[in-house]
Amino acid sequence: MTVSVQDRIIAIIAEQAVLDPEQVLPSSSLEDLGIDSLGLVESIFAIEEAFDITVPFNANDPVQSEFDISSVAAIVRAVETLIADQKG
Amino acid sequence: MRRVVITGAGTINALGHTVPETFEAFREGRCGIGELSIRDVERLSIRIGGQVLDYDPEVHFNRQQIALYDRFTQFTLMAARQAIAQSGLNFDGTLGYESGVVLGTAAGGTTTWDENYRAVYEEGKNRVHPFVVPKLMNSAAASHVSMEWNLRGPAFTVSTACASSNHAMGQAFQMVRSGMCKAMITGGSEAMLCFGGIKAWEGLRVMSRDACRPFSANRNGMVQGEGAGVFVFEDYDHARARGAEMLAEVIGFAMSSDASDIVMPSQQGAERAITGALRDARLNPEDVGYINAHGTGTAANDKTESAAVAHAFGHHADRLMISSTKSMHGHLIGGTGAVELLACIMALKDGVIAPTIGYEEPDPECALDVVPNVAREAKVEVCLSNAFAFGGLNAVIALRRAA
Repeated sequence: MTVSVQDRIIAIIAEQAVLDPEQVLPSSSLEDLGIDSLGLVESIFAIEEAFDITVPFNANDPVQSEFDISSVAAIVRAVETLIADQKG
Repeated sequence: MRRVVITGAGTINALGHTVPETFEAFREGRCGIGELSIRDVERLSIRIGGQVLDYDPEVHFNRQQIALYDRFTQFTLMAARQAIAQSGLNFDGTLGYESGVVLGTAAGGTTTWDENYRAVYEEGKNRVHPFVVPKLMNSAAASHVSMEWNLRGPAFTVSTACASSNHAMGQAFQMVRSGMCKAMITGGSEAMLCFGGIKAWEGLRVMSRDACRPFSANRNGMVQGEGAGVFVFEDYDHARARGAEMLAEVIGFAMSSDASDIVMPSQQGAERAITGALRDARLNPEDVGYINAHGTGTAANDKTESAAVAHAFGHHADRLMISSTKSMHGHLIGGTGAVELLACIMALKDGVIAPTIGYEEPDPECALDVVPNVAREAKVEVCLSNAFAFGGLNAVIALRRAA
């Protein structure tokens, strides 16, 4: 069975937040999980490495970046779109 | 305590290979940032920088020197030649024992690291040139300056990321002010516009892909530059006795540490360095006419720096001018404070304030007079030059118009 995009992202975020994967919910925001700006940049790097994609993200203005980081579910959707766009 | 004056200045940066060329670019608000032409640029996502162009080392150095001088050392020596020639000082006699060199660089011989890692990792070579170590060490430039001009007193390199040059110049200032040295060669240099040097910065996601727009609401990050700025700091009585031209007087310096975060700046730490420099120079806030900002063009720096300046200066913050010349020459990392000190000297000496170019939209969080886009004529008696480094290391220098 292949691991879903969501499970892999949750594993990355859980590791960054030093939490168990069960504690990371799709509705959680990174802020809820205690991930700061450095943790966010590191998570995005881990996502790029895991899925072999390039994530458009500028730390100067995360809100304006094309990559939605408002919740774990939003990140999963954004990564799925990037995988389809970049590897399709 | 002795008074300290600047009797020589030199530079090479994206705006010019000399101080007059750089001043001209400052006055015209010219941008030295453009498309990078370096090896493997197509593998970078950041492809702009303030590169030193039309530069051929072989015009300035012989083959043996080039074998020993990394690009950051070459830049340092070119700037030092100009500064020392302007000062008219000769260190061959006893003055050499009473003078030294303190320089700043964040990364030293990055190009040498880059080229030789390529050789051993990418090309699989098992041998590198014998001078790799003496070429890449952060202190190489300081050593070569000391050798070239017989500077036999204190000589070392300061490395505090983006505040390196300001910390270095602060040390030089204190050595002359205390009477420990008659003259100090000081400033800094950086040359990390090579593949590895840019790739490393890319990772942090704070770089702009199009322009450096400090204090503008639509700013989207910093742009790297390269080059050097070198100055002669001299004992005032010594300079006066020999009738030397004084470009400006160095009147104060302060440093502080945020002790809080490895990348995020702190308003309080920056403010303590600013107010510390005012105290050290025995200034009132209203004495300051111009501040050369750290002004990196990142969201975090510019709003934090604006808040620190606003709080440190109170009502006077609305009357002083503050600009970031990084918009023109890029962020020279460890060399940046040295090139930026030139904007302070130009303000004091020529009465021209270098602008913040690329300014497009006011940001309510940076509500200061940032001298947008066009240089301004203004008589200024006192300037500050700010540098706030990653890791919370802050250093601020105060200059006064030479009497």
